[in-house]
Amino acid sequence: MAVDGPSLSRRELGGLGMAAAAAATVGATLGTAALVSRAARAADDNTVKVGILHSLSGTMAISEAPLKDVMLMLIDQQNKTMGGVMGKQIVPVVVDPASNWPLFAEKARELLAVDKVAAVFGCWTSVSRKSVLPVFEQLNGILYYPVQYEGQECSRNVFYTGAAPNQQAIPAVDYLMDTVGVKRWVLAGTDYVYPRTTNKILLAYLQQKGVAASDIMVNYTPFGYSNWQSIIAQIKSFGSAGKKTAVVSTINGDANVPFYKELGNQGIKATDIPVVAFSVGEQELAGIDTAPLVGQLAAWNYFESVDTPLNQKFISDFKAFVKNDKRVTNDPMEAHYIGFNMWVKAVEKAGTTDSNAVIDAMIGVAHPNLTGDYATMMPNHHLTKPVLIGEVQANGQFNVVYQTPGLVVAQPWSPYLPESKNLIGDWLPPMSCGNYDVVAGKCLGKSQKS
Amino acid sequence: MRRTRGKQRLAWLAALLLVPGFVLVFAVFSPARAAGGTDPFAGLASPNFDNIQNAVTELAASGNPRARPVIAALADNRLYTWRWPRPDNGLFIKDPDGRFVDARTGKPIATPPFPIIRPVIVNDMVRSAIDAAKGMLDLFSRNVTVRHQAAEALFEAADPDSLPLITRALAHETNPGVHALLAEAEAAARLKSAATPVPEKLAAIRVIGARDDLAARSLLASLSGAAPPVAAAAAAAVRHIDRVLALWNILETVYYGVSLGSVLLLAAAGLAITFGVMGVINMAHGEIVMVGAYTTLVVQQFVAAVFPALNDWSLLLAIPAAFVVAGILGIIIEQTLIRFLYGRPLETLLATWGLSLILQQAVRSLFGPTNVDVTSPSWMSGAIQLGGLTLTLNRLWIIAFTAAVVGLLMLAMRVTRLGLAMRAVTQNRRMAAAMGIRTPIVDALTFGLGCGIAGIAGVALSQIDNVSPNLGQNYIIDSFMVVVFGGVGNLWGAVVAALILGIVNMVLEPVSGAVVAKIAVLVLLILFIQRRPRGLFPVKGRAVEA
Repeated sequence: MAVDGPSLSRRELGGLGMAAAAAATVGATLGTAALVSRAARAADDNTVKVGILHSLSGTMAISEAPLKDVMLMLIDQQNKTMGGVMGKQIVPVVVDPASNWPLFAEKARELLAVDKVAAVFGCWTSVSRKSVLPVFEQLNGILYYPVQYEGQECSRNVFYTGAAPNQQAIPAVDYLMDTVGVKRWVLAGTDYVYPRTTNKILLAYLQQKGVAASDIMVNYTPFGYSNWQSIIAQIKSFGSAGKKTAVVSTINGDANVPFYKELGNQGIKATDIPVVAFSVGEQELAGIDTAPLVGQLAAWNYFESVDTPLNQKFISDFKAFVKNDKRVTNDPMEAHYIGFNMWVKAVEKAGTTDSNAVIDAMIGVAHPNLTGDYATMMPNHHLTKPVLIGEVQANGQFNVVYQTPGLVVAQPWSPYLPESKNLIGDWLPPMSCGNYDVVAGKCLGKSQKS
Repeated sequence: MRRTRGKQRLAWLAALLLVPGFVLVFAVFSPARAAGGTDPFAGLASPNFDNIQNAVTELAASGNPRARPVIAALADNRLYTWRWPRPDNGLFIKDPDGRFVDARTGKPIATPPFPIIRPVIVNDMVRSAIDAAKGMLDLFSRNVTVRHQAAEALFEAADPDSLPLITRALAHETNPGVHALLAEAEAAARLKSAATPVPEKLAAIRVIGARDDLAARSLLASLSGAAPPVAAAAAAAVRHIDRVLALWNILETVYYGVSLGSVLLLAAAGLAITFGVMGVINMAHGEIVMVGAYTTLVVQQFVAAVFPALNDWSLLLAIPAAFVVAGILGIIIEQTLIRFLYGRPLETLLATWGLSLILQQAVRSLFGPTNVDVTSPSWMSGAIQLGGLTLTLNRLWIIAFTAAVVGLLMLAMRVTRLGLAMRAVTQNRRMAAAMGIRTPIVDALTFGLGCGIAGIAGVALSQIDNVSPNLGQNYIIDSFMVVVFGGVGNLWGAVVAALILGIVNMVLEPVSGAVVAKIAVLVLLILFIQRRPRGLFPVKGRAVEA
């Protein structure tokens, strides 16, 4: 190396280290400093504070930052049209956990202990939820978690406004099996907790439905993976066994675009081997060339294209609020819409923002879905939801090709896995338990989390 | 924004007022279609996908002259029907210029107001039916390419009902390529038909088996439940195809490996200069690549706005632009930051890491955190088929591009004055200075060159990966891996290292899965570096000792 001798004096080292650290800090706070409203800390008694815990920087910002916008819009609307909650203005406290899982726990603690927020709306990845869970349970906070997830959890302090596996994955597999006639399955996912648990459930489900092990291929790839060539070739040859084959994709975020591009380039059309995705929505498709994806499937509980007056209003309100006509709405945004409105109703019902009272008041609260019908908060802290299957269109939106006949009640504990098949969650007294074993007739409590 | 909303509201109002009027208009324009006979179009207006699917197949077989435009409109989402079903099952085609025609007659009609009609939605099953229907309709086209596509669609559909049509087309077909494909389509349809006698089925298996590809394998494998002689013949044909494909698979793996290797090499080429030649541990290298990718975006948007005709070629313009932007950025970084840190690798590492965060967040603030749309030009989409080998065009171009970039870089290092000066400074800085080379300028230009190459890499990567502020993070580790493995300071080393890493990765991946493959490659690399700390091709000379 062309260096003139490494002579690191202690002073130089310190100075430059500081410089680098300073540079790093500036970088990390550049985009967020403006958003963290410290003024909120000085709020008086006539306000109610609500925490927003979504990454505004780092890898997850692509998905989480829009949720912060939705929350700010909902709070703004509530303040302007209804005069806040219980006559008090709602003040948002926005923090940036920067896609850093331990930082999620730190920021959650800050929101609950320092800012004393009445409720927190936040998290996206399961690992961030797992990271904040002990904090919420210890400080008795309330978290509204808006994303579809793998289940196998039912905390008293969390309201899961996204879908449990039986509200997304299982109906999607049923659709492929019954309507499309799929006999051979590829379970492809990113290598982390959500895809692994979901695939475990699906594997058990498919085997129960009589699918042979040789007709199932499971594949995991790292985060942000982009060299799909050999895996797609493998899927292609797996799909040439004379049986209709489909891919069930739990591939996360950024890895999807190269995945679909490679599918298109290798000439695999949705009519040959359809792909149903659980993590690809309007937000992920925004700003990419959707031509190679047309006809591919996604299962959600909400699509922007669903034509109801409530949804039209929500979309136009959101576009006006962020002052950008090109922004899209998606499923987790609807979850926050439902969750926030339910929280308002629960607070008014309880007459206080006290955690215990609100947690009890939440159960049984109902609010209209943007796609029609009502979502109800069940005793297991999950919502009743319609399940929609959509096909990607050239404009980046989805056409709904299937909808479950009624609302689906969540099963946070999968009945298809031996370790959880006897468990239910019910936070109504006298049971008041997140993991009650109906066979043993006792609450497992903290001893078994998942 | 406000104006368009106003307009929309106006449109709704107009719609409400005009509905009765339009009903009248349509009543006039739709001549007694309910009278007598079944309407082959009616199913298309149904909300049920099965009905739509059947209607498409029926329509294609009906010989109705309007079948082709209606099916084409359905495929392009341009076919509309009443939002709320009406007895006349009205169907309207929206022409590309926005005007509406009646689907059944092709006569222009007044534009129906938006709220009372809806587009006919298709699903994958309908889409398959559309493909097959198009095949049936296009089988007698004058254009050979269209006939070829039609024959392919019919082979994929393998529908016994289209058998008479295919046989008729076979008698007329003059083009040998299309004729062969039609014969295969005929065989496929025969195999699917229960009425075909066993000897004919065996003949069909021979025809299909000769294709030696996955589509043939898929079709033959589906016969496992057929009559014993047929099933046995099909199984034998499948085994034969598997043997042929196994050979092609080896070539395919090599191609994938070379393609992954060329991506790695492209990302690492710039680093081979800044780290390999200059010894600067540049943690912001990935972000420079990202800046190149964003330059591609800006160039693409500029071209789309100013010279829309050149859209497909904006990528070529982006290459020099990205080189200049990233190069100048590199020179600025060298002059303002790295210059002060020569000989202090730890501080360089920290400072450039900080810089990478700044660049990421700056791009995030400027362009937003979401992926941006860098479209692929048409000449980079799709694949060419070489025997049993599918060569995807975007990868093929990147391999060629990498070869060109690295070739030019090597040439520049050998024959240009700057290259000579760079090599001199690398080998012995003090001696070079003593000979009159102004080392600070050479340093700045070398760093600029390395960053410029990284920018060019960004142009290529924008075609295969997401363009987002995180783009650079995905490549920084791999880039260092290639340079360290190849031997610091040696471009040839980087070339060989990238290819080896690419191929090893692709060989391991199908066996062990992508995650384990990546880990295995890293472990192998660590073991290798333990034995040969200076990589594959260590540079000999004083510079290394310094």
